[in-house]
Formats: sequence, C-alpha cells, structure tokens
Amino acid sequence: MTPSAPAAPSLSRTPATPPGSSLSESHPRPQQMRRGMRRKQATTRRIVIGVIMAFFLIPLTSMLYFSVRYPLSGKWTGHSWSDLIHIQALAAEDPADYGQLWDGLKNSAVLVVLTVVLMLVLLIPTMTWIRLRVRWLSRTLEFVCLLPLTIPAIVLVVGLGPVYRIVSSVLSTNSIWLCFIYVILVLPFAYRALDAGLGAIDLPTLSEAARSLGAGWLRILWRIVLPNIRSAVVSACFISVALVLGEFTIAQLLARNNLQTGIYLVSQSDGQLAVTMSLAALLLAFVLLMVLSLLSGDRKSQEGS
Amino acid sequence: MTTSIETLSPAPAPVAVRSGRGWRRVAPVLGTVPFFGYVAVFLLIPTAIVVIGAFRSPGGGFTLSNITALGDSTVIDAFVSSVILSAVTAVIGAVFGGLLSYVLVTGRPGSMSRRVVTAACSVLAQFGGVMLAFAFTATLLTNGMVNDALQDWFGIATTGAYLYTVPGLILVYSYFQIPLMVIVFLPAVDGIRSQWREAAETLGGSTWVYWRRVAGPLLAPAFFGSMLLLFANSFSAYATAKALISQSNPIVPMQIAGAITNEVNVGHADLAKSLALGMVIIVAIVMWLYAKLQKSTSKWLG
Repeated sequence: MTPSAPAAPSLSRTPATPPGSSLSESHPRPQQMRRGMRRKQATTRRIVIGVIMAFFLIPLTSMLYFSVRYPLSGKWTGHSWSDLIHIQALAAEDPADYGQLWDGLKNSAVLVVLTVVLMLVLLIPTMTWIRLRVRWLSRTLEFVCLLPLTIPAIVLVVGLGPVYRIVSSVLSTNSIWLCFIYVILVLPFAYRALDAGLGAIDLPTLSEAARSLGAGWLRILWRIVLPNIRSAVVSACFISVALVLGEFTIAQLLARNNLQTGIYLVSQSDGQLAVTMSLAALLLAFVLLMVLSLLSGDRKSQEGS
Repeated sequence: MTTSIETLSPAPAPVAVRSGRGWRRVAPVLGTVPFFGYVAVFLLIPTAIVVIGAFRSPGGGFTLSNITALGDSTVIDAFVSSVILSAVTAVIGAVFGGLLSYVLVTGRPGSMSRRVVTAACSVLAQFGGVMLAFAFTATLLTNGMVNDALQDWFGIATTGAYLYTVPGLILVYSYFQIPLMVIVFLPAVDGIRSQWREAAETLGGSTWVYWRRVAGPLLAPAFFGSMLLLFANSFSAYATAKALISQSNPIVPMQIAGAITNEVNVGHADLAKSLALGMVIIVAIVMWLYAKLQKSTSKWLG
C-alpha cells in the first residue's frame, strides 16, 4: 500500500553517519583521556570490590572459625560438622535438643516442593489464560500479585490465625501446610519472572497454531507454554526455594516448625551446631544460584550466536 | 527493513475474542476463579482481618481505642526506632550497594566476578534472617573471630553486647541491605549507555559534568526508588532482630510478635492488629512512591 513510508526514515538516516565518524577522528584527545580514566576506574573498582567483599567475607569466615573450634579451650575440632552429617542419628539419640532441627529440616524439604508445585500450578495456567482470553484482567492480576510486597509477613501472620485455624481443622496442624501462605510470599517474585518469560514469546500465535492442530488447553500448557518459558520457570523456582528455606517469621508465630525455627531452637542448646548449619545452608544456596547463573548464561550466549 | 515489518504488524489477535457479549464474555473469567479464590483466602482475608480488627472492640462494635493505644510511649518509641533503623540502613545500603553496582557494570559484562557477586547478593538478600544473626554473633561476641582478633592484636576486650541494641542492628541489617540494593539497582545502571558518556565528552563535558547533567539525573529516580524499597525491606524484617534480641521488643515487628504471643493480656491481640495496620500504612506509602519512581526510571533505563 505505502511502500515508500518505511523507506523514508532509513533514507534520512544515512547522511547522519559520516559527520559522526569524522568528528571522532578529528578529536583524538577524548580517547586518550578515556584510556587514563579507564586505568583509574580499574583501580577504584578493585578497591571498592575489595572493601565490600571484606565486609561480606569476614562474618562468613567467622562462622567457619566458630564451627571448627572449641570456644573455651580453643582446640580445633570437626565435631559440629560431623554432627551435621549425622543429624538424623543425633535427633534419635537426643530428641529434646536436636529433634526439632531434624524435624524442621524435613519439613522445609517438603515445603520447598509443595510451594514450588502449588505456585506453578496456580500461576502458569492463570497467567496464560489471562494473556489469551481475558486481557482486561491483566492489570488486576499484576496488582494482586505485587500486593504481598506491601503487606509484610509479620502483618500477614496477625490475620492468618483464623485462616490457619480452619486449615488445621480441615487438614491438620502439620507444618507442611505452611506451603499455602508461602505461595503468597513468593507471589511477587514468581509473577515477575514468569511475566517476563511469557512476554518474550508470541503466545497468541503459538496457542492458535496448537489449537488448529487439535491440541487441548492442558496439552498447550504442558507441551507449548512450559517448554518455551523454561528459564523463567527456573528462576521463579529458585527464588521460591530461597525464600521458603529462609522463612522464619510465619513459622515461628504460627508455632510451626521449619529449618529456620529449628536452627533458632538448637542455638539455645548448641550454638556451634546452629552456626555450622547456617553456614552450610548459606553455602549450599550460593552454589545452587551459581550453577543456575552459569546455566542460564550459557543458554543466553548460545541464543546470541 | 526488519524494523519496518515489525511496526507494520501490531498484534491484533486477542481483540477478536471480545466481540461476543454477555455469557461469552463472562465465561473466560471463570478460568481465573481458582487463582483469585486462593488469593482471597490466603491474602485478602488475612489483610481484611487486620484492618477490620484494628477498629473492632472486643464486643464486636466499632472503636478507636485500639488506634489510640498506638499513642502509648513504648509503641511510639518502637515506631521511632524502626523508622530510624530502616532509614539509616536504607541510606547505607543504597550508597554502598549503588557503588558496588556501578563498579560491577564497568567491568566486563559476562565476567566471573560479576556472576559471583550477583549470585552472592541474591543469597544474602533473600536468605539472611536467623542465620545472619548467627553470622554476627560468631564474629563479634566473646569467642567470635573478630572479637578474638581485637583482643589478641590490639588488646581491646569487648563482650559484643552492642550487637543486642538498635545501633548493633544497623550493622547487621547492612549485611542484607547492600546485596538487595545491588539486585534492584543493577538493571538501572546496566541501562546506562557508554555512548552517552562519549557524547558528553565529544561536546566537551568533563566527568563531573557528565555525572551532574547526564548520568545523575537519569539514575536518580532508580536510586531513590531502590532506597525506598530498602526502607520497606528493613522496616518489615523480623527474623534477624528476633534471633539477636530476646530481652525487649525495640522495633515494631517485635512489638507485633510480642502482642500476638502475649497470653496474659487478652486485649493485646487487638493491639497487634492496630500495630500491623500502622505498619501496612507506612509500607504502603513507601511502596507507592517506589512504584512512581520506578515508572519514571523505565522510561530511559528500562
């Protein structure tokens, strides 16, 4: 219809380039300046990173130091690390002191799985459906998903008493049912990750194509949407795992038991084990995130080339 | 040429669905019922319980006595310490975290050091809580590494009891505020283009002029927005303080927890709700400002 219209801007753009390049050739000074600045920048960079890293590494090193030393005699020991490995046997031997930690560890493992699965099952179909069929609800969805950012966990727990009284009578008082509220806590982060993932693919076209080939909604979700937003799903899962493993406020105030309340309790009888457990958990989370970062980075560079 | 093709085809697909009226328009909404039902039960109802409960008398009628109870001097003290603690750690976190993000961006894009720092930041920002408290007790209390070092090398003997006070909390909170700043501020700094600096230099601008007139105004909304987020973050933090301080409730989240678990005084359950309402109001204002600043950031640096 109007083939000249798109060509016009590119035509007007061409004469703009030559003056730009000749300008930088006629001024060598800024480049020299920049080289000197780069060197200065590199030094500043090293100093800043060094100082801040020291602030972060000193407490971590202190945890290691604390975990391998008898506080009174100052002798080196590995017993708290071996306690950590044999926590199950220790819990069976001395349930009063260590039972809670082992119990919390198991609960947290279950909670991680339940929360991640429930979060994905709730969010992915709803977000896909809203993008495809009820677009006018998308602002409401965003508002609701980001709402937990303005309602701190400590506030939520005040109103959760009555709700969890019902949960306890319908299901049980088991700590694993904390997964319901943990889904709410991870909602803002999971929503952002998944929203970015869904925004990057052409969902309407993909689902139209699948439907015209005879696929049902479940099949579309499972075979089309999920594989296409895999990296968004991975990052949503990761943030959920980190949040669930670190959660303390709600578990403690609803008198439930998870990893953090377990560490908190054990710190009152065996501070060394509490510190060892904390360090182990921090390092494990760090390694997991590092692996994820490397995996996603590799994927990105493959897509780029 | 590719750009012209993209601009010629704006996505028209989903609009067609809307042409159906009445039932056909309502039916798709049913697909979102499970999600919104779930959110209603576990987010909206608890929030409503807090808000309504703040204005309810034990008999069930309307009352303002829970709100006036907030005028109690211990409560006001807690709000003041909470605000000071959050503001100071937000500024510290924003300054050092901002510096660190800038430094990370000027390095090579896919470099290992950047990956290590961002991964470490994600862990520390999300995962602190109770474990953070132990990290600092292992550092600064009697038999802690730094405490031992101070005593052995400089002859300074402390018990580290300052860790149990609000100023002590500032030090500990910085440990998760700085990483959080890196996470939220890094994307904005990433958006700064090196061409802008070159353009400023070509026009004869010094580094100072570049920061004052170009990078500064561009990054300012993101910087202050992130600072607000940091404020809200430390304002609502509970776990670290609880694990460190057991004798008193110097900050608002601890006051709320104290009011919930107080079984002696029945009226305290209502105090918890009005305290919680006060907290929500402050955090909501802060987050609203954050969203506004975020919008003006995404215009240039999104």
